Order: sequence, then structure tokens, then C-alpha cells
Amino acid sequence: MTSIEEYGKYETAWCPGCGNFGILNSLKKALVACGLAPHQVLLVSGIGQAAKTPHYLKTNVFNGLHGRSLPAAIGAKLANPGLTVIAESGDGCMYGEGGNHFLAALRRNLNLTILAHDNRVYGLTKGQASPTSEQGFVTKTQPHGAFAAPFNPVAVAVTMGASFVARGYAGMPEHLAGLIAQAIKHRGTALVDIMQPCVSFNKVNTYKWYKEHCYELGDAHDPADHAQALRAALEFGERIPLGVIYKIEKPLFEEQFAVLKNGPPARQEVSQEALRQVMQHYV
Amino acid sequence: MPLDIHLLIGGEAGQGLVTIGQLLSKALVRAGYEVFVSQSYHSRIRGGHNTFAIRLGEGPFFAPRESIDILVALNAETVELHRGQLTGQARLIADSAFAPDLPGTISVPFAELGPERLWNTAALALLGQILGLPSDALYQAVEAMLGKKHPEALTENREIMEKSREWAVAHVPQHGFMLPGWTPATARLLLNGNQAIALGALAGGLKFCAFYPMTPATSIVLELITHAEAMGCVLEQAEDEIAAINMAIGASFAGAISMVATSGGGFALMAEGVSLAAMTETPVLIAVAQRPGPATGMPTRTEQGDLEFVLHAGHGEYPRAIFAPGSIEACYQLTQKALAMAERSQSPVFLLTDQFLADSSRPVAPFDPAAIVPVRAGDEPDAVPTPYQRYRLTENGLSPRLLPGLSTHLVVADSDEHDEDGHISEDHGVRVAMVEKRLRKLDILKQEVIAPSLDGGKGADLLLVCWGSSQGPVLEAAAVLRGQGSSVASLHFSQVWPLVPPQFIDILQGAKEVVCVEGNATGQFARLIQREAGFAIPGRIARYDGLPFTARYILKRLESLAAVEVRA
Ligand SMILES: Cc1ncc(C[n+]2csc(CCOP(=O)(O)OP(=O)(O)O)c2C)c(N)n1
Ligand code: SF4
Ligand SMILES: [Mg+2]
Repeated sequence: MTSIEEYGKYETAWCPGCGNFGILNSLKKALVACGLAPHQVLLVSGIGQAAKTPHYLKTNVFNGLHGRSLPAAIGAKLANPGLTVIAESGDGCMYGEGGNHFLAALRRNLNLTILAHDNRVYGLTKGQASPTSEQGFVTKTQPHGAFAAPFNPVAVAVTMGASFVARGYAGMPEHLAGLIAQAIKHRGTALVDIMQPCVSFNKVNTYKWYKEHCYELGDAHDPADHAQALRAALEFGERIPLGVIYKIEKPLFEEQFAVLKNGPPARQEVSQEALRQVMQHYV
Repeated sequence: MPLDIHLLIGGEAGQGLVTIGQLLSKALVRAGYEVFVSQSYHSRIRGGHNTFAIRLGEGPFFAPRESIDILVALNAETVELHRGQLTGQARLIADSAFAPDLPGTISVPFAELGPERLWNTAALALLGQILGLPSDALYQAVEAMLGKKHPEALTENREIMEKSREWAVAHVPQHGFMLPGWTPATARLLLNGNQAIALGALAGGLKFCAFYPMTPATSIVLELITHAEAMGCVLEQAEDEIAAINMAIGASFAGAISMVATSGGGFALMAEGVSLAAMTETPVLIAVAQRPGPATGMPTRTEQGDLEFVLHAGHGEYPRAIFAPGSIEACYQLTQKALAMAERSQSPVFLLTDQFLADSSRPVAPFDPAAIVPVRAGDEPDAVPTPYQRYRLTENGLSPRLLPGLSTHLVVADSDEHDEDGHISEDHGVRVAMVEKRLRKLDILKQEVIAPSLDGGKGADLLLVCWGSSQGPVLEAAAVLRGQGSSVASLHFSQVWPLVPPQFIDILQGAKEVVCVEGNATGQFARLIQREAGFAIPGRIARYDGLPFTARYILKRLESLAAVEVRA
């Protein structure tokens, strides 16, 4: 059994009171709940405050470029499908700079987990509007308020038929740990969009605001029902539902590659006989 | 004069000229002749003017020719566009509907031979007869192509081939292009540059390639996909080039020997990824098949215009290596070498090719699978000092590279500046140590730099300097001049970075006259030589019209360079 201590404790570069602390604790709990040892896990992140998370627990880490956590995670998973791969980054990284990768990843459905710390602002670059910022969100770079309509990642994912879509909240760490554990165990690409207060730059979507708006989906919600899931996903105003919104079974992307059935490619040598036969094509 | 016939088939895309050309060249190679096959096409699927050129005979040939001995015109436009290139003895094969009234024209009543969809097979049989190939050789080639997929089509193809052959026996007058002898030769591979790159990559242990389609790089990927299952390689069409390189880096980090293949525009999108590979010290091979830029440029044409771009792409300072093969064999060998060097130096390594080399085929001796040097990703977990540190500071700059998940050691890689553990660091001392560690790896690359190859000996009156795909045309031009009694040598660089001047400075200084031949407008390689070796190459032959160098082009420019000197 793995204990939470094995995942270590680090000093962070986060502001006191930041929602990221809750997410980090939930992630550790979920990994322990899944029975995963640190070396079995690879966290892949981009750049931002959220993207620093992998540095604050003991696992394998690939901290890549802003916006590019998903392609790096996909490459790693295809190179070693035995790894538990988790792509973790902020809303700007995942949905803005990396938006194209987000859509493509949902279409592929590899067996990996996406954790998006959605503070609805660019934290690391000091408070510009993000793709999920509310309309009218005033910042130094949007002095008249953000004009563009916010991106609803959960609704987009459900619309695209992603195989696991959930929304969690950093202020409910037990509930969130449960969602992350389910996402890790899910066979397919699992998105957990995590509402995250940013105490420094988002004075609108505060702990108080989330407390007033968020509620837990009850048993009446059937995550296998696409119409219900879409309705829940689109409910994003006065009330915001938390929980597993959509969950279906879909074929795994990596299963199309026969070569991956023989273990990680890293350990497979070049077959001289196969190469000799390949050359025969050109005679 | 050794036998040297230049045959050109021209027509619209969709008329089947590539099929004729490929079948004919395969049959010629099997019969032991030398060929050099080059294609020219427009960026469209139907229509446009396309050509398939086969230079055939005793060779070996390393470049295309400009004048034409046998022209097969599948449409009237081909006649108009190419009649000026016909040699005195040339034959022009055209449908009676548009055959011109030119000497040497063979006007063929294709409609009498069979239905239009089989006219390309008819033309193939006519060509076979004109060149003196036994009809069986061509039929076998057709059978090999159609046999599996369309056995029902064999009979009608056989019929039209027979009819066309008989027509040729009765109607084609004597000419000088009959091939002597017909002795089946030892098996050779007919490969173009991109096929050879793909084979080299597979031989070099490639396990992962992500791509976004872009001419003229796509055919590398197509070739890899054909053999992916047999060779245990994963290929993925990414959503864009940014994804492609980040996937390749992620895959390489996790232990799959990885590459991407693209052209200038796609590579521009990859630039940040190059920098990521350097910072995380993740091996990756980046094949850039050049075409004329800027922007979309001329998608189906050739240029050597991205040397400086590839040399400098990616922000920050770090070592890299750039290989630029000049032949089919080098495409195979250098791709393996490039993969191995990427692994060895834990760095991004480049393969710089272009449309000309990508689309040119030549027969080569089969490569020996037993000769491959296996490349293994990463180091052995038992051999690393503990606690494991991904970026441990070492004398040569190389840190032990373990693969995540394959041992209990944890591997931490970071695109931020990082400490030896791989965690983000903003410490300036750490920064300096890490910059210097990464730069030390340049020595590892330098130790294995391929010296430029000198053809024709030191101290010649004229030295032609070139790199990458210009090698073939330059070798031919130099040989022509030597045949005329001049003292000419050529110096070809198949690795253009890093440069090690002691390998070649005395060759440059020892020649009376030095001319750099390169396929760009501004002399990028000549400038690089000057910067690195302090030698200013006085003469320059540039080509940037989108077409490849030929010996004739180089010889003409040399004449005018000489004329300028005489006047001066
Ligand atoms: C290519 C590139 N563009 C811009 C940046 C600057 N940058 C770093 S993080 C960031 C936004 C971070 O926002 P988000 O992803 O929401 O993360 P947060 O800090 O809010 O957790 C930006 C724009 C960068 N590092 N790289
Ligand atoms: S800026 Fe916001 S998101 Fe970043 S650490 Fe501070 S509170 Fe958290
Ligand atoms: Mg954010």
C-alpha cells in the first residue's frame, strides 16, 4: 500500500489561500486511493501557477511548454501505455494556448486524465482574462471588461462525446479527490475541470462566490445519459453542478497500435529480419 | 560516350504518367541499367503540367538532365512546353490527335489500340519496344502492380500491351536508343530520398513519429506508415505541427526513439518545441524537407533556403547537429546517424533535405540489416548514482537519462531552468551551471562530425563547394570539366553543423579558385563558412527559381563567372 507520505511535501510558490493547495491535496489522496506508487505515475504539465503542481509531489514529471501538456502527455502514453499519465495545467494553458490539443485529445480518447485548474484568470502572468473568464471581467488588459463569451469546457467535452467529464471544486477537497480517483480509474480520456479560487487576481469568483453557486449532483443524475449530461454541463450561471457529468465506454485510442501489445517500445529492439523484408518492397 | 538517354513523360495529373514511369524504371533497374528518376508536379490533384523524367543507361547518374532524347507527350501542352529541349536525334511519342509535324515524331493512333483508360499501359509497351526491352519484363512489372488488387484488369492490360508492341514493330523507324544487352542484374533497391530516410529511421530504431502533412515531407511519413506494424513503430497524425513535436518529445522522454518530419512552414510552428527538447535534454530528430519560401512559397518545388532558419530556430542557446544528405545512400546512413546522435547528446538533431532529393530515385545496393548499430534509449537504472538526478552536473554535460516508469527512480524533466533534480530554479548560480552543462554537449557532437568529402583531390584550379542535395549535380559538372582537361574538384558537406574548420580549411585555401554552389538566393552556407572558418568563398552559383541544379546549369554559370573575370 502506498501512503500519502510517499508523495512528499514541498514548499510551493503559491499565494497563501490559493485554491491550488486544495487541488494538490486531493490529487495526492486520489493517487493513494488508486493504489498507485509514485514511479507508476507521470504528471505532465504546461506553464502557469497550476502547471507547477507536479513539482510539489513525488512522481515522474514532465513540465513542458505553455499550452502543450496534452501532446507531450499523449506522446508519453503512446511510448509507455503502462504509465498512469495525468496532464495537469491551468485554464489558460489547457483551453487557451492549448485549445486545439484539448479538442483533439478528447476525440482520440487515450487512457489518460486531464486536470484543469480553472481559476478563470491567467495567474502567473498577473491577472489577464482567460478563456473561461466571465464576460465583463475587468483586468489591466481588459479595462472595459472581457468582451468574448466564456468557454465552457465541460459542455464542449460532453458535446464531443468525451468518455468522462466531471467538474470539481478546490474548496471541497474530499469530493474532488473522489472525482480525480474516478477519472484516473476510468478507461479513456477523463476531464476534471476544477473550479479554483485565485485569491490574488480573481476577485469575482471567490470562495464565497463558489459556495453560493456550486451544488453536488444527486443520484437523480444519470451520467450515461447524454441529454441529461448536456443539460447539466450547460447549467453554468446561478447554479453550477459538481460531480461526474458524463461517463461512457469508448474504444481506447492506443489499442489500434498492435506494437503496443508487446510492452513499451523503448524495450523493443530492431528486428533485422523484419528490416530485411521491408527492403524487399523496393527491389 | 557511356549510354545516357533522357526520357521524359509529360501530361496532366491523373493521366497515369507516374504509373508508366514507375513501372518502366523498375523494369530497367531489374534489368541492370542505371536510372535517375525525378518528378516535377504542380500543387494540385488533377490537371496541371506534370513530368516524370528517367535518365537511363550506363551511369550511375546522380542528377537530372535538361535536354530530352525521348519525349512521351500525353497531351498537346507537353509538346509545346518541351519541344525546345529535344536533342537532334530525339523521338517524340504523341497521340495522332495532336502529334506535331516535327522530325522524329512517332504519331500513335491510341484510339485504335484500346480504350482511353488503358492508354498509359499502351504508352508503356511502346516505350518498351522502342528501348528494346523484352515484353515479358514490362508485363511482369504490370502484373506485380495490378496482380493483387485488380486481377481482373490483367487481361485487358496484357491485350493492349501486345497490340501496342505489334504497332511499334510495324511503324517505328530505326533509331539510336535501343538498349544493348539484357542481363538480369543482382537485386537493387530503387529508392527516392524520402524512402531512404524512412528506411534509415526504421533501421535506426525509430519507435514514434508524429506529423502534420506537408509537402515534400509527407512521403517520409507515408513510407514509415507502410512498415510501421512490421517494424513496431507508432505513427500519429497530430492536430498541428506544434502538437507533433511536443508528442515526439513526450514519447522520447518516455523512451521511444522519436522523430518528426515537416517542411519550412510546419517547422516554423515547431520552433518552441526545438527549444523544449534542448532544455529538457530530450533526444528528437527533426527532418525538414525544404521547399521555396517565404510562407507557403512553392509547395512542390525545391530550394536550400532554410539552412539559417534551421540553424537558429528555437530561442535560447544550446547545441544541435544538422545533417544534410547528398545522396540516396546518405539519406539512409545519416538518418540512422542523426537518431543515434540525438540519443547520445540528448539534444534536438536535424536532417535537412529538400523536394529534389525527396522525389529523386536511384537504384542502390541493398543495405545490410546486420550492419545496423542498435540505439537504445536511456541509461540502465542500475548504473546510475543514487539519489537519481536527471540533470546531474557532469564533466561532459551528459546526465544519466532514465525512462519514467521503467524503474522505481523518479524522472523529473522541466522546461523552466531547473536544478539537478529537475525542479524549477531561479537561482543564478544554478542557471550558469546548467547553461554551461548544456553547452558542453557541443563537444560530443563535434567529436563525431562527418568531414566534408573531397572529390578530385587537393590543390585543383577550381574547387566547387556544396552541401546537401546539390552533391549529384556538382559531381557531374566537375566530372564533365575534368573530361575536358580542366583541374576541378568538389567539396561536399553532408553535415553543415557543427563545422570543424581544421577538417577543410586547407582544402579551401589550397584551391586556386573556389565557387560555392547552393540552392538559395543569398549564399547562406558560404556565409556560414566565412563565419566559422574565416574563409570568404569568392565565387557563387545560386539557384532559387524552384528547380534543382543540373550539371548544365552549373557549367553555364561557371562560363559566365569566367567571363566576368576576364573582363575584370
Ligand atoms: C508560449 C508562451 N506564451 C505565453 C507565456 C506566458 N504565460 C505563462 S503562464 C500564462 C498563463 C497562465 O494562465 P493559466 O494557464 O490559466 O495558469 P494559472 O497561472 O492561472 O494557473 C502565460 C500567458 C508562456 N510561458 N509561453
Ligand atoms: S496568483 Fe492566484 S492562482 Fe496563482 S498562486 Fe496566487 S492565488 Fe493561486
Ligand atoms: Mg488560470
